[in-house]
Amino acid sequence: MMTAETPLCPECDAEVETPDDAMENELIACAECGVELEIMSLDPIELELAPEVEEDWGE
Amino acid sequence: MRVALLVTHIRAEEKLILAAFNNRGISPDIILDRELNFNISQGAEQKAPSGIAWRDYDLVFERCVSTSRGMYALAVLNSWGLRSFNTYETAAICGDKLRTSIALTRHGIPQPHTRVAFTPDSAMQAIEDVEYPAVLKPVTGSWGRLLARVHNRDSAEAILEHRQTLGDYNHHIYYVQEYIDKPGRDIRAFVVGDRTIAAIYRASNHWITNTARGGQATNCPMTKQLNEICARAAEAVGGGILAIDLLEDAAGNYVVNEINHTMEFRNSSKPTGVDIAQEVIDYVIRQIEVLA
Repeated sequence: MMTAETPLCPECDAEVETPDDAMENELIACAECGVELEIMSLDPIELELAPEVEEDWGE
Repeated sequence: MRVALLVTHIRAEEKLILAAFNNRGISPDIILDRELNFNISQGAEQKAPSGIAWRDYDLVFERCVSTSRGMYALAVLNSWGLRSFNTYETAAICGDKLRTSIALTRHGIPQPHTRVAFTPDSAMQAIEDVEYPAVLKPVTGSWGRLLARVHNRDSAEAILEHRQTLGDYNHHIYYVQEYIDKPGRDIRAFVVGDRTIAAIYRASNHWITNTARGGQATNCPMTKQLNEICARAAEAVGGGILAIDLLEDAAGNYVVNEINHTMEFRNSSKPTGVDIAQEVIDYVIRQIEVLA
């Protein structure tokens, strides 16, 4: 449920719903614009754009 | 048991791994690779970003999405005597497709015909030696990035010129493989120690079948033959917790394509019915207890 404290997407300003078991440094996606976000803190929830994928990223 | 979980950030896999540790009464310390600042000569007495001395960890579980950060962190930590999954040696082989090919060759494990060359001219010869279509891959890289299926000399010349002109030195290592005409799918198998615990088919209309590129995952039944080649491939690169990517050739034989040392598995537990995270963590805990 969205509340007054629902964080905003730093890219498109949409409200972003976070999972109930959200963790610091977890990656989530903005449902509105699709950008990948990183949860930087939980109380209050602060979001930043996730780092750009680098060439050596992956499994 | 004190565990450091080394990550770039938290993805679905890391949450599943944390839950699996928690199920066994262990709460790992999460350590971000961006916060590492090792004094190489000081050793394991120095504190990790968690505030705990590295020597006090029984295990470092490396889950960095950044291959180079994870690999070099393991190089440092293993040099100090810390136990880790996987080890630096395994990570260094799996993180480099050429080194993986060499290890597979040494152990007699089937793989696509592979050549390596260092200039556009010699790379062109390598491509024509494996015959068209050929596959060009960077020696490091994942998620199907920068792969090229080359159908003729014109496209080979264009790709080689682009790589030589636009790429850094890593892209001047020309790793060339024959194209395996697979049946619209490949296989990803998950190996834990000497057991292949599960496997999926990754099906796609595109020749690149990575799930990161839209490949659809379904269960791949485990057979004695599949288990055996996967276990041998894992052993060839030093063993541990590994995802083996295999292709089926026209005759239905398996060839090992790549081996991944920080495997992604979020899409694989559901179709296989195997709790991959718990299998992995239970194995890790057993190994550490045996060594303690």
